[in-house]
Amino acid sequence: MKNFAVFKNATMGHEESIPILNIGEWRSRIVDACSDHSARIISMFGDRKSASTIRLFCVLASDLKGELLVSATDITDGSYPSLTVNLTEAHLFERELYEDLGVLPQGHPWLKPVRATQKHSFYSIKGDAIHEVAVGPVHAGVIEPGHFRFLCHGEKVFNLEIMLGYQRRGIEELIVSASPLKRMVLAESIAGDSVISHGLCYCHAIEGLAMRKISHRARAIRGIALEIERIANHIGDLGALANDVGFLPVASYFGAIRADFLNLLMELCGNRFGRSLLCPGGLRFDLTREMETTFRVQIEKSMQKVNDVLDIMFSTSSVLARLDNTGVVTQDIAKKTGMVGVAARACNLMRDARANHPSGIYRSKKTVIARASSGDVFARARVRALEIKKSHELIGEFLNKLPTEKVCFSINALNPSAMVISLVEGFRGETVHIARTNAHAGIFQYKIVDPSFHNWTGLEMALRDGQISDFPLCNKSFNLSYAGHDL
Amino acid sequence: MEYNFLCNIFILIVMPPFFVGVINRVKSIIAGRTGPPILQLYHDIFKLIKKNAVYSRSTSCIFRIVPLTSLLIVLCAGMLLPIASPSPISFQGDVILFVYLFALARFLTITAALDTASSFEGMGASREATYGALSEITIFIVLMTLVIIVKSLSLNKMLTHGQNVFVADPSVILLFLAFFFIMLTENSRMPIDDPHTHLELTMIHEVMILDYSGPDLGIILYGASIKLFVFMAFTAMIIFPCSEGPVWAGTGILFLKVLAVSIMTGLVESFTARIKLIRIPQMLIASFVLTLFALLITLFDQRML
Repeated sequence: MKNFAVFKNATMGHEESIPILNIGEWRSRIVDACSDHSARIISMFGDRKSASTIRLFCVLASDLKGELLVSATDITDGSYPSLTVNLTEAHLFERELYEDLGVLPQGHPWLKPVRATQKHSFYSIKGDAIHEVAVGPVHAGVIEPGHFRFLCHGEKVFNLEIMLGYQRRGIEELIVSASPLKRMVLAESIAGDSVISHGLCYCHAIEGLAMRKISHRARAIRGIALEIERIANHIGDLGALANDVGFLPVASYFGAIRADFLNLLMELCGNRFGRSLLCPGGLRFDLTREMETTFRVQIEKSMQKVNDVLDIMFSTSSVLARLDNTGVVTQDIAKKTGMVGVAARACNLMRDARANHPSGIYRSKKTVIARASSGDVFARARVRALEIKKSHELIGEFLNKLPTEKVCFSINALNPSAMVISLVEGFRGETVHIARTNAHAGIFQYKIVDPSFHNWTGLEMALRDGQISDFPLCNKSFNLSYAGHDL
Repeated sequence: MEYNFLCNIFILIVMPPFFVGVINRVKSIIAGRTGPPILQLYHDIFKLIKKNAVYSRSTSCIFRIVPLTSLLIVLCAGMLLPIASPSPISFQGDVILFVYLFALARFLTITAALDTASSFEGMGASREATYGALSEITIFIVLMTLVIIVKSLSLNKMLTHGQNVFVADPSVILLFLAFFFIMLTENSRMPIDDPHTHLELTMIHEVMILDYSGPDLGIILYGASIKLFVFMAFTAMIIFPCSEGPVWAGTGILFLKVLAVSIMTGLVESFTARIKLIRIPQMLIASFVLTLFALLITLFDQRML
């Protein structure tokens, strides 16, 4: 019997094809597949089959083969031996399952709530000279809410604990219960700065379930929008980094240039963040001939400025001295905690869904993965800078190969009893949406994994044994989403 | 004499916020922005003075008396300085009083920060105490070198145009550079501290005054600008000592000198990023070494003569 059902990104599979293993086998197959890090957990979720039975699913991504492996097990007594014991990257998913479904992973080292829905006690260290610094959930800037608890000895941080969940909206349940039109709006609101990433992920999921092929033109414009979102956010992040190290010229130039790119999205669909651009089946707005020219001209003009400012930023020694060796995450830790996106690539990991699990326009275009190796704030900034340049090239290629076609098709009925796994490499990293339909072809489960979900643990690790004054800089270099984590 | 002294005091009270505006303007021009008006700090101070203060329940009377007391202390220190004309309050050893008045003001600010029982302010207080202690040595060696050059322990003599023209002296240039860095440290400017950040975890001076509001905050901002002014004036006077001409000329020259130092500060702040907190002691030690060289050069010079 097969241990895993093999899925491809954004391609539908039938529920019956997923093997239901017994718990012991399910557990050992997952641990085996992930032990050498050739596969990694991208999602775990479950649903209640009956009063006593809970079916757990685990989705693994095999990056080299470009395959997504799914297997399931039925749990009858409400508990099972924890995966975290052998596989650290499962820790957050198991905590989430415990919190949402009440499945107890036996032997899990710390079943702290994932989202601050109930009271819990913070980790503490005893000692006269140890002091605790609590920051948030209300912050001094206009940012999202999150609570950070530092255990310090002077300036040195022993442990950082992050408590999130203040933005919990229950978006997965909302999507299931909403009408198809509303679902698109909800998907775009999962994380306000990743409208295209999450929106695209949702569209791919629905198109996969309906087996709807969309036109090449629509795919290319979607790709352009996704890369513009990436450029705009990366520029914003680099500007914020410069601001945090007090290097004002770069901070204000990048602040201004970011708007140039957001305005392109505005021109395309009327919203600076790309809301209402996408719909399952294609696009709501087409790129007109005049827009194509303005896009080309404007992007070249802005990229020239971007390259100049990047040169200033990465050639100023005081900036480099500040970023270098700050907030280091080793590759080993990045693998163990299952980090994704920019933060993982800064640890020299080849994790980029555009290259490993291509969907949409990326199927016809090989993407080069931008990487750095030092795992510090500098590496994360460097990866961002490289990706801005790569995205610029990609946009140019997409614009050059735009056929004249219809961009929107109606969507047929969804397939019953099916499941689709959709991965999109947003600017933060791999965004995963999993949709399941019941026998009447209605969506009954929608699972979302934002890249932030994996990476918050990475931020905690980056601060370990670091300086408390480095926290804001590390935080900016990860730039994780609170809303995307809290859902 | 009284007229001259009143003129000194008038400058000390009125001018300081202007130079903060100059620094900010230089920074915003380089960053490609228009930036706030040069007189913004005056508006801020007046606005804050008109407001009511809010006090945390965990604070005591220390917290309330510190802003005004430290403002007065800083003003006293400023009066010892020959600003537009030689100060009438002058005696042998007033340099030591000058330095320790600032130390007293710092002590009070630290005490008030600890009084709030906030973990942020505690961190800020510990940083301020550490870097303050490290910069103090450098200040004393700067003063010691000046004392050897002018052979007097009085600020007036040290910083007024006597028989010594400092400008061409290599040791004085070293002193100037070292003291410029100390000026940035003492006044929590870049690259030591970022006066514009809102990030509690990285601030030094700003984090200690987080709990202040209304008139108290206004007084603190005002006091900080006076301290900055006094330090910038002192830095400038190391290279261009105060002249003994008429008071209007003295005022004009002082204005230009401090303006030059403000612009220089703005430029330095624009073109450097903040250094890691853990590296600040290294920078302070570097400035200490500079002054040590200045001292050695001066001592050799004296022996040669």
